Amino acid sequence: MAKKLNMRKRYELLTRGLGWEPTYQPKEKVFAQEAYEGIKITDWSKWEDPFRLTADAYWKYQAEKDKKLYAVMDSFAQNNAHLNLADASYVNALKLFIQGVSPLEYAAHRNFARLARQFSGEGAQIACQMQSIDELRHAQTQIHTISHYNKHFHGMHDPFHMFDRVWYLSVPKSYFDDASAAGPFEFITSVSFSFEYLLTNLLFVPFMSGAAYNGDMATVTFGFSAQSDESRHMTLGLEIIKFLLEQHEDNLPIVQGWIDKHFWRAYRLLGLVAMMQDYFLPESPMSWKEGWQIYFVENAGALFNDLARYGLRMPKYHEIATAEADHISHQVFGIFYNYIHAAAFNLGLPSEAKMNWLSEKYPDTFDKYYRPRMEMWAEMAKEGKRFFNMGLPQLCQVCQIPMGFTEIAKGEPMQVAYRVSEFRGDKFHTCSDGCKDIFDHEPEKYVNAWLPVHQIFQGNCGGATVPDVLAWYHFHPEDGGDYAGSADEARWKAMKGTAASSTAAAKTAPADAA
Amino acid sequence: MSLNIAAKEIKPLRLNYAHLARRMGEHKPATRYQEAVYDVQPTTNFHYPPSWDPSRKLYDTARTAIVMQDWYSFTDPRQFYYTSYVAARAKQQEIMESNFELVEKRHLLQSLPAELAEQLRQVLIPLRHYEYGANMNNQDICHRGYGTTITSLASFNGFDRIGMAQYLSRIALLLDENEETSLHAAKQAWLEAPTWQGLRHALEDSFVLDDWFEILVVQDVVMDGLLYPLIYEGFISQVAAQGGSAFLMLTQFMNEWNEENSRWTNQLLKVTASESAANAELLAQWTQTWLVRLEQAFMPIAQLAFGEQGAEQLATVKATLLARLAKQGIKV
Repeated sequence: MAKKLNMRKRYELLTRGLGWEPTYQPKEKVFAQEAYEGIKITDWSKWEDPFRLTADAYWKYQAEKDKKLYAVMDSFAQNNAHLNLADASYVNALKLFIQGVSPLEYAAHRNFARLARQFSGEGAQIACQMQSIDELRHAQTQIHTISHYNKHFHGMHDPFHMFDRVWYLSVPKSYFDDASAAGPFEFITSVSFSFEYLLTNLLFVPFMSGAAYNGDMATVTFGFSAQSDESRHMTLGLEIIKFLLEQHEDNLPIVQGWIDKHFWRAYRLLGLVAMMQDYFLPESPMSWKEGWQIYFVENAGALFNDLARYGLRMPKYHEIATAEADHISHQVFGIFYNYIHAAAFNLGLPSEAKMNWLSEKYPDTFDKYYRPRMEMWAEMAKEGKRFFNMGLPQLCQVCQIPMGFTEIAKGEPMQVAYRVSEFRGDKFHTCSDGCKDIFDHEPEKYVNAWLPVHQIFQGNCGGATVPDVLAWYHFHPEDGGDYAGSADEARWKAMKGTAASSTAAAKTAPADAA
Repeated sequence: MSLNIAAKEIKPLRLNYAHLARRMGEHKPATRYQEAVYDVQPTTNFHYPPSWDPSRKLYDTARTAIVMQDWYSFTDPRQFYYTSYVAARAKQQEIMESNFELVEKRHLLQSLPAELAEQLRQVLIPLRHYEYGANMNNQDICHRGYGTTITSLASFNGFDRIGMAQYLSRIALLLDENEETSLHAAKQAWLEAPTWQGLRHALEDSFVLDDWFEILVVQDVVMDGLLYPLIYEGFISQVAAQGGSAFLMLTQFMNEWNEENSRWTNQLLKVTASESAANAELLAQWTQTWLVRLEQAFMPIAQLAFGEQGAEQLATVKATLLARLAKQGIKV
């Protein structure tokens, strides 16, 4: 009679011990990326497998999940279920998603494969490999879900071309390139811990509950289907931090530095999500500030209490991010309101009802600082002087968002913040102490940033005029601008039968599709 | 009660994403496979030089000496994207699960001659380490390769290796009634027995190759091209004839896998070789060099599996591989 094996032991026998210490090539050459960041691993076998999933079980579960997901996707398309949306303005959230988030899923896929090659411990190696293939799943299921929307709305037609070029998409791209260019341990600290563990809910919940609130069942389905993968990824994020800190005390300052840096980097990126959450959704389940309070202040606070025994503290400048929670969505909205003619989504001033919601959610700031601004812009638009900023903005050298954030922590919320560093005789501008610290720590890295505005001025972006640059982005004239009067709005009304359908439809359809 | 299902006609604005329309035209809707893979990888305007390869970009065509006008010239004949991949494997694992169950339930290994069992332990079980190394190489190709039609297949290929390493581990546990004896002995053999050193040496040398396409040729074409037919066709047939027919079932996945996997590597070689004489030359050179070395490395393994017939078996397998390569335009 064969002896019984429990799950843990069985997984260990099937998996651990597969790797070996090379002898025909030096270990430092085979695992060339394991040492150069200064991280010390004394014993990979101490790694706790965060999920004991064998390959065959993985195939089985994932195939079952995808079968359900694609059934929903197919029926969504077949029934033109986009007609059930609360309003077509919601689709702008999906535009931002396919342009700015799906490419990051893809980049995660490629980079977790790097870790799966470079980590010499099988436990961590296989966990990274599973995450790599999961991330491919996310990118591909998002492409497939949003494919239907691309057939009926503007701005989603060429997301991967845009991701490599468009000014505001350099924010997510540079964020991920930063981690991808770093060593493997910094990458995993950045993506698995600072992003997936600390902040992913702030990305996931707004998009998915926004989708649920606004009748987008296809997106809700891929979101929830991805969530079971995400929970594995979050577990990996926490496990890697604990593992690194338990391996050697010298790892602590390095890891803390990475957490500080990538927290701030990710937080700045999430400014785009904050705008989406407070200004894109016809029906808003939760404000940015409420999300920040729950998912960062409370959850991350509790987490760092637990991690204190390893010597870790909260990420540097977390209190500034919390102070900014009252302002950030309004400030990012202001930036995009200025430049919406150069974006591939639509935006509009909030309605009176929406402004009242914002007043209620932001009692300390909205009426005092931001409502007057909205009202002035509305007034200008009414007079036929809709304000567009026709100049090009100065970008932060690190986060690449136009320099529009203010000195909130210093109690001067109306004073634009800017910081300057000098390196090799040149001046470099950053938007905050957080971004300046990042620059100053590795100036030789950040001077390489592909800053869209600099690139336009250097003539690398299709030409010298705004239409030239937009054509180079593959934007169509109907992709950007205010939502009111947009091609999407006209088409939506035509689809819903609330306007003279034939003329509106004819006007919004490109000649070749008619 | 009235049924009103007269839906409004909704004419789409477009049928395809623009990057797909540029490839296949605007009027032919892309398949899910095409949507999932074409042009998804970033190609330009990278922000920072990678610390792990500072002289090149994050994604860079210069990581191989192979030159392609369009890195998406190759497409997978199986059209695997994530979902079709896991769906195919889920079916196969279901079959494997019932195979293992049947072998266990019916005690099909009990009648296995002891000598044969010992030979199986020695030949099959060390291969779990081979699969792990092959996985490392494929993860590397997934990371440093170029173009999603290739890199995503390396990801799937690597994942399959973990699956196969785990199946081999289960075979060891089955042979030993859940004792770890064979697992340990096989690792020892992999690390020290002369039989395995040629292969392990070649594998470790492939880990440190700079050119990812060369790694693909060495690992997924030459090494697999010798090993799979030698072991999972030749050796297992021999085992079956000697009273170990249960092993046809226990290695069914590996046998089918090789046949299926060769379809995309063949297509990749064909497309790459037909691109230019320089590519064809390079592919021929890599295969030539590694084939010479690996033929020697496999000799003791062939002898372990086939005894005196080892050399002949290996020669047959090599001839098949050469014919296969020639069909793709690679003259060795």
